[in-house]
Amino acid sequence: MSQLQQTATLSTSGKMPMSMPVPHADSWQAICPLDDIWPSTGVCALMHGRQIAIFRMHDDVLYAIDNHDPHSGANVLSRGIIGDLGGEPVVASPIYKHHYQLRTGACVEDAGTQLHTYPVQLRDGMVWLNITA
Amino acid sequence: MDANTHIVVVGNGMVGHYFVQELVKRHPDLAAANLQITVLGEEPRPAYDRVHLSSFFSGSTAEDLSLVEPGFYDRPGLELRLNARVGMIDRRQHLVILADGDALHYDKLVLATGSVPFVPGVAGRDRENCFVYRTIEDLEAMTAAGTKAKSGVVVGGGLLGLECAKALRDMGLETHVVEFAPRLMAMQVDEAGGQVLRSKIEELGVHVHTSRNTTAITDGATARHRMVFFDETWLETDMIVFSAGIRPRDELARESGLAIGARGGIAIDNSCRSSDHDIYAIGECASWNDEMFGLVAPGYDMARVTCAHLFGDTTNTFQGADMSTKLKLMGVDVASVGDAHGKTHGSRSYQYLDEVRKVYKKIVVSEDGKQLLGAVLIGNADEYGTLQQMTVNAMPLPENPEFLILPSSDGKEKSGLGADALPESAVLCSCNNVTKGSIGAAVAAGSCTIAEIKACTKAGTACGGCVPLVTQVMKAEMLKHGMAVNNHLCEHFPYSRQELYHLVRVEQIKSFDELLSKHGKGLGCDICKPTAASILASCWNDFILKKGLASLQDSNDYFLGNIQKDGSYSVVPRMPGGEVTPDGLIAIGQIAKKYGLYTKVTGGARVDMFGARVEQLPNIWEELIAAGFESGHAYGKSLRTVKSCVGSTWCRYGVDDSVGLAVQLENRYKGLRAPHKIKFGVSGCTRECAEAQGKDVGVIATENGWNLYVCGNGGMKPRHAELLASDLSKEDLLRMIDRFLMFYIRTADRLQRTSTWRDNLEGGLDYLKNVVIHDSLGLGAELEAQMQHVVDNYQDEWKTAVTDPEVRKRFRSFVNSPEGDNNIVFVQEREQMRPATPAEKQQSKIIQILALVD
Repeated sequence: MSQLQQTATLSTSGKMPMSMPVPHADSWQAICPLDDIWPSTGVCALMHGRQIAIFRMHDDVLYAIDNHDPHSGANVLSRGIIGDLGGEPVVASPIYKHHYQLRTGACVEDAGTQLHTYPVQLRDGMVWLNITA
Repeated sequence: MDANTHIVVVGNGMVGHYFVQELVKRHPDLAAANLQITVLGEEPRPAYDRVHLSSFFSGSTAEDLSLVEPGFYDRPGLELRLNARVGMIDRRQHLVILADGDALHYDKLVLATGSVPFVPGVAGRDRENCFVYRTIEDLEAMTAAGTKAKSGVVVGGGLLGLECAKALRDMGLETHVVEFAPRLMAMQVDEAGGQVLRSKIEELGVHVHTSRNTTAITDGATARHRMVFFDETWLETDMIVFSAGIRPRDELARESGLAIGARGGIAIDNSCRSSDHDIYAIGECASWNDEMFGLVAPGYDMARVTCAHLFGDTTNTFQGADMSTKLKLMGVDVASVGDAHGKTHGSRSYQYLDEVRKVYKKIVVSEDGKQLLGAVLIGNADEYGTLQQMTVNAMPLPENPEFLILPSSDGKEKSGLGADALPESAVLCSCNNVTKGSIGAAVAAGSCTIAEIKACTKAGTACGGCVPLVTQVMKAEMLKHGMAVNNHLCEHFPYSRQELYHLVRVEQIKSFDELLSKHGKGLGCDICKPTAASILASCWNDFILKKGLASLQDSNDYFLGNIQKDGSYSVVPRMPGGEVTPDGLIAIGQIAKKYGLYTKVTGGARVDMFGARVEQLPNIWEELIAAGFESGHAYGKSLRTVKSCVGSTWCRYGVDDSVGLAVQLENRYKGLRAPHKIKFGVSGCTRECAEAQGKDVGVIATENGWNLYVCGNGGMKPRHAELLASDLSKEDLLRMIDRFLMFYIRTADRLQRTSTWRDNLEGGLDYLKNVVIHDSLGLGAELEAQMQHVVDNYQDEWKTAVTDPEVRKRFRSFVNSPEGDNNIVFVQEREQMRPATPAEKQQSKIIQILALVD
């Protein structure tokens, strides 16, 4: 979790976390070119059978959370609309419109629901993801 | 009250029914309260809305007009007998004797016998095709006669007479109004007002004859009847309707020896009790202080007083009524408040007359100039609410009272009275006795739209005249409760949807980023992004999945399909008017089979294919497009379908080609983005097999063209569509629909269907007619041009999507793998597949779908 928070803090500063040191080089995996994710949208990555939603904000800050929406039981969060609520970046589930905070994975409408968040980085135009953290 | 009290109510009109409702409100379980209620109605149907009787001519049915909720009279302790005429009252034995000889015992008797139309004692008044205007049966008879007549005369130029004249004119008859008095609406309107009203009504093609006393009706030479007047002039006509005022139905009371008022009517005291302690009289049959009340509001008031008094509550008494009225006669505003004729000693008046626009306004003020006593408004009654409240609540007049009726010189809206100035006890809706206080309570309890206020307080649901004032009070109350009348779209935009639409139009804004940087803050959200996307599409109609627009789209528009509970999508190709070739059906069948999709025929008369994964969509659509199909926009807040019956081409009852028109309409408006989805229906005759009156836009063929209905809805809250215009040519029909839809798109809130939009529209149907048909806002040409732009820029979204590699690339489950989502799994049911339930997924009861291609 400490790593996640580190990523998140860097992300919200608006700077690209490109020069961030990579602690466990082996667990990082290149997913796709940044261009494959249109600005202000998300995509879903499949990694070791796990579905992870990756979002590209308008300023190229990246976030990664579970793609699974526990409220609908469907794997859909990467297809949600992203934006902010009170300045906090969120995605809205396309099924029943629950909001999840991209930095923390917390559900805005339901304090009991918490998604995993994953470290994600942009390196030389490629999006990298780490799910072992 | 004693055990097993039997209350008999004679009359099941508006007031009689209201009284029973009050009883039930007080004792929801009548039997438990030892009450036995018998209601005797003379007509063949239970209570209906006589105030809106004329809407019967514009398409309302007897069911629409009914005031009785289904099952209301079925509760224990309550009995309604229809076709039950009372022959006499035996007061000594407490019996009501019915015309058929049946006798009913009563402990308390409530007479709500209403009134009968007054027919002057003219020779020949009983001839065929001479009518009165009171019941649904009267109207049915008039309608039947109207189809064979060329001309019609209404005797009586009062309120009802003019409504009746409108009905005759709408039936296409050459219409005359014959009035005994020297002016129209002599009761409510003064001489100058009568002049303006007359010229307005003559402008509409109705002939007005005042100071005419009919002496005889005989055979005509050019028409069925000849009406001969006292000065030996005459007028020929095919049908005559008497609407020369009403007389109380007090014959039962007279025969049983009850006291009668000086001008007729059953004399009642402040508790609405007659001269017999066990008999009450309410509504138009009652005379209080030798005064009778031909409006529904005082009748309701009497019903409430009587009900309270029956149960020992004597604090409530009848205190007379404010006879102020506001109505629209043939599209002309007419209003009269308090002492309209200035009969109060020493009173003075201010008058404003505009002979160009035909507007007349007058206020009557007290001798000391401190209070408003009355008013007359013709041609424009915007100030009615303000003036009526000022009069009734004796509020102090401003220093220059003339400004109350003068048009403001700078073109700005007048500030009006200010809702805050009204006392809590001010009755805003006199029909349903709703005070400012109860509006405030409803707002405090969470109502914050006029539709919600109507639903929970009943304010504005009878005549509707108070709606503008109620709206004003509602907004003021919301401000007071800190609910700030905040119609801001969301935290990112301090504007309503309507305001944003305006900004996009005026500043020619083409992207969300531009809109956000100019007028918003933050990143946006799932409220403002789809709203902006919809507005941009309504205005400019660009491809919705191009870069910059794609990220704004709601889940369904985002992948041009309806997302289902498991994250799969449904596929609906367009079938305009429900028309499809055998080859088309075969192609759909083959594609569904190939991709292993569940198929179902939708309520909108087309085929829906379910269970497609994101990565399958472009391939499926490529094949559909090759087979000649295009997007059905089943996923969009946009035109869905135009449902049609088969029409005159095949149907032996069909009057016109409904399928042909439906296809044309669907092709014209397909792809039009709106605040919410839009559904059309077209029926080829009045049998209405396409159920067009349950649609946002409904069109029904007539012998003379097309009737246009708008703002209907099925779904959660069914609402009948209302007739906007009749007998339109196809060209006019398209123009009216263009204007209507664009006006809706321009002014509605986000996700507001046309039905709720209409319920919240200040000014209601009349306002909508004025805007769409009479172009009162001068927007007609602009709205049509905007629609034409959308029509001209239509593209099949799916065709664009599958032919653009960049866009097509987005359609995949995983950015780094060609695999599909293994959470989308199916089981078999009724020879097709359906999504597996979570339990089935755990038991791995899943079947492999025979999808030939992935």
